[in-house]
Amino acid sequence: LCLWGHPYLNSIFLLFFFFFSLTPWVPVVGLEIHAQISSNSKLFSGSQVQFAAPPNSLVSFFDASLPGTLPVLNRRCVEAAVMTGLALNCSINKKSLFDRKHYFYADLPAGYQITQQRVPIAVNGSLSYSLCIDNKMSQMVTKTVRIKQIQLEQDSGKSLHDDVRSQTLVDLNRAGVGLMEVVMEPDMCCGEEAAAAVRELQLILQTLGSSQAVMAEGQLRVDANVSVHHPGEPYGVRTEVKNINSIRFLAKAVDYEIERQIEELESGGTILNETRAFDSKLGCTVPMRDKEGKQDYRFMPEPNLPPLILYNARSLPANMNHQQVVNIDWIHERLPDLPSVKRAKLVEQYGILPEHSFTLLNEAGLTEFFEDVIKQTQMKPKKVIGWILNDLLSYLKQHSLTVKESPVSSFLLADLLNRLEKKEISSTAAKQVFAELWKGEGKTPLEIVKEKKLQLIQDQEDLERICQAVIDGQENEVMAIKSGNRKVLNKLIGLVQRETQGRSNPVLVKQLLEKKLSE
Amino acid sequence: MMGNTMSLVSAALKEGRVAPTELCQRCLSLIKSTKFLNAYITVAEETALKQAEESEKRYKRGQPLGVLDGIPIAVKDNFNTAGIETTCASNMLKGYISPYNATVVQKLLDQGAVLLGKTNLDEFAMGSGSTDGVFGPVRNPWSYSRQYKEKSVPKSHSEDKDSNWVITGGSSGGSAAAVSSFTCFAALGSDTGGSTRNPAAHCGVVGLKPTYGLISRHGLIPLVNSMDVPGILTRCVDDAAVVLGSLAGHDPKDSTTIQDNFKPFELSDLTDVSKLSIGIPKEYHAPGLSSEILALWSKAADLFKNAGAKVIEVSLPHTRYSIVCYHVLCTAEVASNMARFDGLEYGHRSDMNKSTESMYAATRREGFNDVVRGRILSGNYFLLKQNYENYFIKAQKVRRLIANDFVKVFGSGVDILLTPTTLSDAIPYMEFIKEDNRTRSAQDDILTQAANMAGLPAINVPTALSERGLPVGLQFIGRSFQEKQLLTVAKWFEKQVKFPMIQLDEVKRHDHGVFQHQKSASFLEHRT
Repeated sequence: LCLWGHPYLNSIFLLFFFFFSLTPWVPVVGLEIHAQISSNSKLFSGSQVQFAAPPNSLVSFFDASLPGTLPVLNRRCVEAAVMTGLALNCSINKKSLFDRKHYFYADLPAGYQITQQRVPIAVNGSLSYSLCIDNKMSQMVTKTVRIKQIQLEQDSGKSLHDDVRSQTLVDLNRAGVGLMEVVMEPDMCCGEEAAAAVRELQLILQTLGSSQAVMAEGQLRVDANVSVHHPGEPYGVRTEVKNINSIRFLAKAVDYEIERQIEELESGGTILNETRAFDSKLGCTVPMRDKEGKQDYRFMPEPNLPPLILYNARSLPANMNHQQVVNIDWIHERLPDLPSVKRAKLVEQYGILPEHSFTLLNEAGLTEFFEDVIKQTQMKPKKVIGWILNDLLSYLKQHSLTVKESPVSSFLLADLLNRLEKKEISSTAAKQVFAELWKGEGKTPLEIVKEKKLQLIQDQEDLERICQAVIDGQENEVMAIKSGNRKVLNKLIGLVQRETQGRSNPVLVKQLLEKKLSE
Repeated sequence: MMGNTMSLVSAALKEGRVAPTELCQRCLSLIKSTKFLNAYITVAEETALKQAEESEKRYKRGQPLGVLDGIPIAVKDNFNTAGIETTCASNMLKGYISPYNATVVQKLLDQGAVLLGKTNLDEFAMGSGSTDGVFGPVRNPWSYSRQYKEKSVPKSHSEDKDSNWVITGGSSGGSAAAVSSFTCFAALGSDTGGSTRNPAAHCGVVGLKPTYGLISRHGLIPLVNSMDVPGILTRCVDDAAVVLGSLAGHDPKDSTTIQDNFKPFELSDLTDVSKLSIGIPKEYHAPGLSSEILALWSKAADLFKNAGAKVIEVSLPHTRYSIVCYHVLCTAEVASNMARFDGLEYGHRSDMNKSTESMYAATRREGFNDVVRGRILSGNYFLLKQNYENYFIKAQKVRRLIANDFVKVFGSGVDILLTPTTLSDAIPYMEFIKEDNRTRSAQDDILTQAANMAGLPAINVPTALSERGLPVGLQFIGRSFQEKQLLTVAKWFEKQVKFPMIQLDEVKRHDHGVFQHQKSASFLEHRT
C-alpha cells in the first residue's frame, strides 16, 4: 500500500498531537462501502446496466416508478452478494428481508429505496489486509477489520444541478442498479488503514467479479465514520465523511478529519454529529448542507418482495427448478482464489518476496503477465520479478499505462530474457533492447540486437585481443593488481566493456583478464 | 340480451346470434343512456369497437379465442391500460396515459375481451362509497329500478325526486354499477378491505375477492400491497369462475403470485351439501348490523342446515381488532406507496417552482384529496422511528392473530364461512356524506376486511331485496386457494335464493329497440 504516494504528512501531524497533548487521542474509523454489483441488468428490473450511456436511456417503467410496477429480484445480484459474503468470511442468512427506506429526492423516483435494513443477506464477517510500517515495503503488518453486514440495495439516479438556469436535471440510468453495502466495524485507526482495507476489498471484489469496483466510475463509494476519544473513555461523537472518490483521498480525508477533531477538542470545542464532504482540491473536509436536519427514514417491510430464501446442499428442495434457487454451497465451491491466497501461492511457487506479491496483485493483470513470462523463459522467477517490477512496471507508471496497454508483450519480454539467459547479450544490452521494444515499432528482440549490434562477442580470439590491448594500455593498473589490489581488476573489466560497447560477457572477460595477468 | 350472463352471451356469439360489434355497440349506447350513473370515467369507444371488429373476424374465421372473445368488459380505473387514461379518480393522475397494460388487463385482451372503458372509484380506491373521487359519486343503478321506486316514499313533496338515489358502496362502485346496469358483462375491481364485495352487495352482483397471490397485481395501482387483490364482478357465480380462470396463475412480473400454474375449472352443480360444514362466525354479528340482514343471514344458515349441511357457530375472536389494525397497516403502506407521486416523472405537477421541496409540497397538496392526504399523514406518523414498534409492529402481530383465527377455524373442519357482506342495504348519498370517509370506511369494511388480513378468498352473492327494494348480499369466505370449493358452494346458494333481476327502464327501452333487428332471441325471454 505504500504505492500510493505519501499520505504520511498528516500522520506526522498526528504524531505531533499525540506527543504534545497531555493525554493521547485514539482515533476510531469505520467504513460504509457501496459497491455496484457487476451485472447485465438492474437489481429489480430488466434494464441494462452500463456506465456513461446517454442520459435516461436505460430506464424501465419500474425504474421510473410508474404506478403499478413491481420489483422482481435479479438472481445474479443475489449470487454476487453471496459470493462477496463468503469471500469476506460472513455468515450468509438463509432468509433475508427487504425494506423500504423513505426520503424525498429528485433522483429517487419512488420516494423510497429498497434495501435490507432488518435482516441483510450476510453478517459477521472479517477482512484481513496488510500495510507497511513507516513506508517500508519490507515491514508489512497484517490487520483485520470486522464486517458487520452486507446488504443488497438499489442505487439512486443522478441529479445535476444547473445553478445558472436554476434547474435540476435528473438521469435515472443508475436508478435501481444493484448495490452491495459493506459495513465495516470501527476497527481502524487512521487513513492508511482505511485505505489498505478498502484496497484489499476492491481486489477481492474484482477477483470475484462481483463488482468492477472502479472508484473513479462510482462503482465503489466509501463513506468514513470518524471519531476520536481518550483511551479508556467511550467513543467520541462521530462525523461521516462523504464524497471520497479515490483510495488516496480516503487516506487523506480520514487523517484530515482525525486531525481536525483533535484540534477542535484540544481547543475546547465540540464535535457535531454531522455529515462532511471531502474537498479534494483543498484537501480538507467541510460540513455538508444538511438535508433539513435529521431524517427519519420511516423504514417498513417491502411488501412486494417475499423473503429472500437461500439454500445449501442439505436444504435444497429436490423438486425445485435449479434456475429458481441460489445454492450457497455451490457458490462456495466455485469461489476463485482470493488475493491473500494468490499472494501466498506466488511466494511459495516462485520464491519471490511477500512484498513483491503485493505489488504483483495491486496492478491489474501484472500477475498474469509475470506468470506468462515465466512460462516462456528459462530465467529464474526471482530474476524475472526484477524485470517485471523494476523495468516493466516503472515504464508503465512513467507513461500512465495499464498492463494491458503495455507495448511490450509477455512474449517479447520472455524472448529478451531468454537471450540474456543464453548469454547472447549482456544485461546492459538487454536494458537497451527493452527500451527499444517499448517504442512498440514491431521489432523483435533479435532484430533490435542485430540492428544495434548488441550481441555478445562470441569469438574468443577477438575478445582476447581486446583484453590484451586493454592490459597493454594500463600499466599502472596491471602493476596494482599484480601487487595484490584485486579491486582494480573491475576497472579493466569496465574498460573492456566500453571497448566492446557492452557486448562482452563480464564473467568471461574477468576470466580472460585473470588468465592473462597471471601469465 | 343485455341482462344476460356472460356464459349465455358467449354462447350467442359462438352461434352467431349476435356479432361482437353489435354487442359492443349496444353496450356503448347503454353506457350513454346510463351516463347519469357516473359509472365510467373513460369510455374507450374507438378502441373497443376496433377490438370488437377483430373479435368478429375471429368468429367469422371460426377461430374465437375462447369464451371471453367479444365479451364487453369494464376495468376499474386503478388498473393500468396502455393508451387509455388511468386516473385513480385523482387530480394527481388526471390525463395520465400509461405505457403498459396491467397483467390482468393484458390477459383479458389476449383472450379477446372488448375493453369498454375505465370505471369510477374513490380516489386511489380509498373509500367505501365510491363518493370520494374527483369525477363525482357513482349512483347505484338500483336507485332507478322499479323495485326501489315502488317502495321508496318521497320524504317531502318539495324535495327533488332525484335526491333519493343511493350509493353503490365502494371503492369499486363504478365496476359494480356497470355490471349491475348491464353496460358490460364482467368488470374488474380491486379489493383491499372489501372494495369489490361491498359494492357488489349494494348493487346486487357477484363480487369475488380471490386468494392473495392467485392473481397478479402487476399494473394495479396499489392501495395496500400486502392486501390488494384484483376483484371480479359478474352477474353470476359461473361467470366469476370463468373470469377467474382467465386471470389466475403465476406472473413473473409479480413476485407475490403463486409459483404453480393454475388450472381453470368449471363449476359443477352441487346436489349434495350434506358433507359440507358451514361456519357462522359469531363476531360478524356486529354492532350496527341491520335486523333485516341478520334475519337473512340466519335464513341462509337454515337453508344449508335444511339441505343437510352441518352449520356451526364459530369464533374469530380477533376480528374485532381488524379495523384498527387495518387502519395502521393501510395508512402506513399508503404513505409509502404515494411517495412516488412527486410531480417529477408523471402526473400532476404544480407550477410552484421556488424549490424542489416547495414543488413537491404544492403538487401533492393540489393532486390528492383530503382523504388521501389524511392517510399519508397518519401513515407517516405510524412509521416514525419512535412509533414503529407501538403501531406498525403491533398491528402486524394483530394481523397474524386475525389470520390465525381463520387457520384454527378451518383446521377444525369448517369448509366455508357464511357472513353478511354489509351491515345494511345501500343508503342514500345525502345520508352517506353526513359522516366522513374514515368513519364510513371503518363501518363498512368491518365484515369484509378480515379476509384481506388473512389473504383468504371471499365472495359476495346477491341474496334478496331489502324492504326498500335494494339488494342485500351474503359473503362466503373459503380456505386459501380453495376457490373451486368456495365458488361451488356459492353457486349452490345462488341457485337457491333466485335473486331478482333489476328492472331498469333505460335497459328495457334499450333492449327493446335492438330486439327488432334480432332474428332469433328466443332464449332472451327467460331473463328479461
